[in-house]
Formats: sequence, structure tokens, C-alpha cells
Amino acid sequence: MSMSINTKVMLAGVELKNPVMTASGTFGSGEEYSEFYDLGALGAVVTKGVASVPWEGNPTPRIAETRGGMLNAIGLQNPGIEVLAKRDIPYLKKYDTKIIVNVCGKTTEDYCKVVERLSSEPVDLLEINVSCPNVKEGGIAFGQNPKALEAITREVKKYAKQPVIMKLSPNVTDITEMAKAAEEGGADVLSLINTLTGMKIDIHRRTFALANKTGGLSGPAVKPVAVRMVYQAANAVKLPIIGMGGICNGEDAMEFILAGATAVSVGTANFSNPFAAKETAEGIEAYMRKYKVKDIRELIGSVR
Amino acid sequence: MKSREFATVTEQREIASDVYSLRLQTEKIAAEAKPGQFISVYSKDESRMLPRPISICETDRGTGILRIVYRVAGQGTEEFSRLKEGDTIEILGPLGNGFPLKGKKAFLMGGGIGIPPMVQLAKELDCQVQIIAGYRDEQFLTEELSRNGSLYIATEDGSAGTKGNVLDAVRENKLTADIIYACGPRPMLRAVKEYAEKNHIECYLSMEERMACGIGACLACVCQSVEVDGHTHVHNKRICKDGPVFLSTEVELS
Repeated sequence: MSMSINTKVMLAGVELKNPVMTASGTFGSGEEYSEFYDLGALGAVVTKGVASVPWEGNPTPRIAETRGGMLNAIGLQNPGIEVLAKRDIPYLKKYDTKIIVNVCGKTTEDYCKVVERLSSEPVDLLEINVSCPNVKEGGIAFGQNPKALEAITREVKKYAKQPVIMKLSPNVTDITEMAKAAEEGGADVLSLINTLTGMKIDIHRRTFALANKTGGLSGPAVKPVAVRMVYQAANAVKLPIIGMGGICNGEDAMEFILAGATAVSVGTANFSNPFAAKETAEGIEAYMRKYKVKDIRELIGSVR
Repeated sequence: MKSREFATVTEQREIASDVYSLRLQTEKIAAEAKPGQFISVYSKDESRMLPRPISICETDRGTGILRIVYRVAGQGTEEFSRLKEGDTIEILGPLGNGFPLKGKKAFLMGGGIGIPPMVQLAKELDCQVQIIAGYRDEQFLTEELSRNGSLYIATEDGSAGTKGNVLDAVRENKLTADIIYACGPRPMLRAVKEYAEKNHIECYLSMEERMACGIGACLACVCQSVEVDGHTHVHNKRICKDGPVFLSTEVELS
């Protein structure tokens, strides 16, 4: 007697088979993880950030483990939009999942160029990375000032054929102000949180653990901050929200959904368990069966 | 499909100060592994998110036993050092490319905790094998190494063999080779690369860097490559996926 349950959710007119996707930068373009499971198990795959041209990224060491999390300062190494369009998008098309391309840039024009180039590609949604703490230009510079965020959202929307997700930084005083600015600029969806800027000192070598000195903190250590910000943003704007920050399993994902997220992303957990995203989708279904919930949409934002 | 395994510990021994030898019963990994490949070892403590990449010391394809030899360098490896016979541990592998096996008169150069992968390499090479092992002071694995080749030792403090590094041992013993396989700390690899290129010797270096995913997705463990890399089309090869073994002329060791 298996109860029929609905895990489908809608994001700006795009239907996902379940609310689970991958956090940009932790999953490449999916190929490495497709050696572990069928990517069709996921609602969507979110690619690593891509710019108009290849980026070299930062010097190594680029990562450091911290208690319950990690710092990264990869610096958005990427092959540029042409390689992604020719190699990665066709690869992902083989799977029964939605494709979300994360876009980065140094200037507004960079972002718009990539977004425009993607208009002819079979991509379902675009995620605009205005929150990377590890690059000197662009990235977070657009994501810490509401006026700049609203302006870049408005510009990107002019060139975008697909719905636009604005990815917000937690490194701000008031997340609701940023959420409202993105909504005002015409964003279709919000995703949060990107990483929190942090630092680790190697006491044995008496230097910084990362060559970049600072990096972005992710993993279970940031989850309570992320849940709080998702809750605040969900209550400040009408847009659907993709929640992320330390999700390792279905129970973690449920916190975000109950706080107001329509979908969730699994990030750092992919490193400690290559099956984490798939297991999160299964865990959400198990939660629904346990509490006899027929439709995931009944749960979204139900804790007020 | 790739899979992770819960391997069972069959033996754990401290073979030098803070250097441990761990033998694991695996289902598939030992049978598939090539010399120079590594495994990711996962902590049981959820506060440690990242797997530890550890090179494979030797394998027995018949029994499925895989041996790693590692130095306790932090809390993760300290946890592994407490594993006892019968315990299980989650591992993923074999990962990376491994050393190419060529039938040429060879140097197998290992420095410190870069020595272990030379054990399996020496077993599988079908040529004149000259192993040069560089230690700070305390030696380990010398018995296993000398079983499959002629072993030359260098110690920094001069307590055994040549006083100095692996290249000092090569010079003191007037050794020559047509191919070099090396694994060790960055300054040693830099010196070996320079030696190989000056003497026009084909040379393979096994590189190391902080890793997160271990499978080529996160781009944490890159090294500077001479040519544009195939993945990102910049000059960064992924040590976990494109390596850890690179032709010395492929990489820059600044």
C-alpha cells in the first residue's frame, strides 16, 4: 500500500521532478558524479560558474577543512561559455533532469554576454553568481549593495531568455534588503546562501591555510545561518527560493523547505558522500511517507 | 557506476614514528589498482567533511588486500591510526592515473611519505629497478623495497646510507637510468625534475595538493601545467583526475 506522493515543484514555470539540485561549484557539470548514479535522480543539476572566457582561478592551496565544514577559494576557475555550451550542456541533456547554468563575470557586460549566449542553448534556468567571495572583481561586489544588485538584475533580465535566479550572499547586514532589491530588479527566483567569508590559520607553518588568505565557509557549520536567512527572505519577497547551506540529507533539506524554500541544493556534502544529493531526494520522500504528506507543496514555508 | 566500499581492516602497525601501515580487505579496489594510484579514505566523524587522499603502497590482487602506509599529520589520519583488525572504513578508489610501466632501466625515487607507492611500482616493473629512498632519519619499508630492486638510501642526518637527499645518493653511487619515477615533497620533485631535464631522462612525478572531492569536480587540487589543460582550457591540471602522475615536462613546479 504505497501512498502516491507528489515531489514536483515549480520554479518560475519550470517543473522539477523533485526539489533537489546541486550547489554550483561542488558538482562540476555533473560528469564526475554520473559515475556514481543516474543524474536523473535529481530535480536539476546546477553547473559550476561560467564566464565569457576561461578563468585560471586562484593559487593553491584552495581548500581547507574546518570543523563541520570547509573553506574554499577556488576563484571560479572555469573553461568559459563556449566549452560549456559545446561539451557540458550536451552531456547533461542526456539525463532526465533540468539544467541550470551558473553565470559569473567581472563586469555587468560579462554577465550579459554569457546570458545572451545561453539564450540559444537548451538550458532551463540561469543562476547569476553575484556572491562569490573569492574573486577580486565582480562576484560579491554586486551582491553586497542593494542598488548594484537591483541594477545588475535588471540588466541581466534584458538579455535572458530563461528565468533568472539571483544567488545571494550571506555576507550582508540584512538579507531581506538584498532579496527585495533582486525582486525589484526583476529576478524570477532567489537562491541562498553562498558561502560565508572565513579564514583559517595553519599554526604549524604559521601562515594562512589558503593561498588566498580568506575563503568561503560551507558545510553543516553554516546551516543554521542559512535556514534563518531563507526564512527571512521567504517572508520578505514573493519569489520562490532555492535554499542551501550545509544540507547533507533529507532531514536537513526539510528544514529549508519548512522555512520557505521551494527547492534545495546539496553542496559540500557531495565531497563527503558522492551520493549525498540523490540520498537527499530519497530522504525527502521518506519524510513525506513517514508523516503521510501527499504533496511537498503543502510543506513549503509551513513553519511561520 | 563507481562505488564506495566498506573495507575491513586486516592489520594495522606503526612502522616508524607516526608512520602507520594499514591493510584493508577490499571487494574490487585492490584488484583494479595500478601503482601510483590513490584512495580516498572517509572519516567516521561527521565534523570532518573531506576524505583523505592516501597513495596505495601495495596490493594483492588474489586476496583483495590493499595496503596503505601513511603519516599521522592531523585529526583525520590520527583517527585512522586507531583502527583495529576487524574495524571497517569507507574508501573510494582506485583514483587517479598511476605510473606508466615501461621496460627501461629505472630510478624509483621516494622521499619521506612519498616512498610507499614505490613498493607496488617496484613489484610490477619488468626492468632494472634501482630504488632510491630518502628519509629524514628513521627508515621504513626497506625490506619490501629491497625485495624487488636494488635499494639505495639517503638520510638527511646521515644516520644511514648517503647523507643528504635522493640525488646525493645517485651521485655518490654513480647511478644512471633511462626513466625516473618520483614521489615526495615539492622541493624534492623540483630537484628531480631539474636533474631529469638536464640529463634528458624521461621522468614521471607524482604530485600532491589539498583535495576536496578527489574525483575531478571541485578544482581544488590543481597544478600548473605547461600546456592548456583539457578540462578548463587554462593551465591547471587536476591532480586527482588528470594526475597524480605527470610527465615532468608537463608541469611547472614554482
